[in-house]
Amino acid sequence: MATKQLVRVKVNGREREAEVEPRLLLVHLIREVLELTGTHIGCDTSHCGACTVLLNGKTVKSCTMFAVQADGGEILTVEGLIKDGQLHPLQEGFKEEHGLQCGFCTPGMLMSSYALLQNHPNPSEEDIRWGISGNLCRCTGYQNIVKAVQFAAGKMAQGGAK
Amino acid sequence: MIPPSFEYLRPKTIPEAIALLQQYGDEAKILSGGQSLIPMMKLRLARPAYLVDLNRIPGLSYIKEEGDFLKIGGLTREAELEASPLIHSKYPIILDTAHVIADPQVRNLATVAGNLAHGDPANDHPATMLALGAQLVASGPRGERVIPIADFFLSVFSTALQPGEILTEIRIPVPPARSGGAYFKLERKVGDFATAAVAAQLTVDDQGTAQKVGIGLTNVGPTPIKARKAEDFLRGKKVDTGNIGQAAQLAAGESQPSADLRGPAEYKKGLVGELARRALSRALERAAH
Repeated sequence: MATKQLVRVKVNGREREAEVEPRLLLVHLIREVLELTGTHIGCDTSHCGACTVLLNGKTVKSCTMFAVQADGGEILTVEGLIKDGQLHPLQEGFKEEHGLQCGFCTPGMLMSSYALLQNHPNPSEEDIRWGISGNLCRCTGYQNIVKAVQFAAGKMAQGGAK
Repeated sequence: MIPPSFEYLRPKTIPEAIALLQQYGDEAKILSGGQSLIPMMKLRLARPAYLVDLNRIPGLSYIKEEGDFLKIGGLTREAELEASPLIHSKYPIILDTAHVIADPQVRNLATVAGNLAHGDPANDHPATMLALGAQLVASGPRGERVIPIADFFLSVFSTALQPGEILTEIRIPVPPARSGGAYFKLERKVGDFATAAVAAQLTVDDQGTAQKVGIGLTNVGPTPIKARKAEDFLRGKKVDTGNIGQAAQLAAGESQPSADLRGPAEYKKGLVGELARRALSRALERAAH
């Protein structure tokens, strides 16, 4: 077995650390070591985007990165979107606009949409489709996901939520 | 899929990284963006015993014009190209290229240098860098050397980089006035490799005659292809519809595609011709502005 490495990360605002094998993928650290199972493993081949999380403010596919690479970084997972028991406007948007059916892609869709709205608070439909182009959904045809992100953008513009 | 076990090494400087690569030789691989290497490790197509992670080496991520060159650092991510005002204003061909590589998440990690050093003829930057006449800086045990891009790609997954060398900088000659370039790619879906793609870079004089011509082809042969016959044909000629059409046909003739799930060889040849026509036409439009 390879030499284990200490990994320290801040996940959803909380300091966490673990000794891991270098080959441990970031998504396995998140799901199995830190027990945050909101982040999903879909294709496991960096196509589907279900495993998308934010690392230092940028979206990454956590199935295509080793946990040791994230050492010292800040991670945001879908569990970190809720604030003081209030759903994030994106989560509310997915609920109101029926942005999911089976829900498997939803955590990744939320994280990609979150990153999009950080950079484009008032995105066009094209911006939204571009922003989620690394995430696959097999149920919705994307129509309602786009509406959900538009809902969230509108709500965040009114309420000043981040 | 769990990749095979490996030892993880995190050098802080380029000399330290080179020393590790020398020490472990064939057993070591460089980890930069990891967006090609990690999928290959998961599929057991690569089984390095040591990974040398370059990501903590400072000062390797930059996009700047210096002297006669645009310089792109070895750890510069695709997303950084997409966000760079310099790339937007002066190098739209590079922006075209970065935009159609994989997807936003992959582009946040994937590096331009990795896209070249991987030696995959399906990757997108090689054709663009061939069209631009880039020079690649390799840092190794004996210092730095500069490799012209036309000498870089040897065969599938094989480049002119020697063991112990790291691709630390990409240098692109700053294009003169009345230059323009474009990259056209057909892909089946976002994130797919090209069925075929063509990069074209032109410099014209005030009469519209081609002074410089660069044409590169993606995923239609064992290596990225520099379409020399098409370049030679167009150089010194007026860049008009007729000559663009003829150059595009020559480029199609220089492609060596093989049939696969993306289509039969003849279809891909035809596609190269059409994409070359579009890329040259767009390059000319951009040169005129």
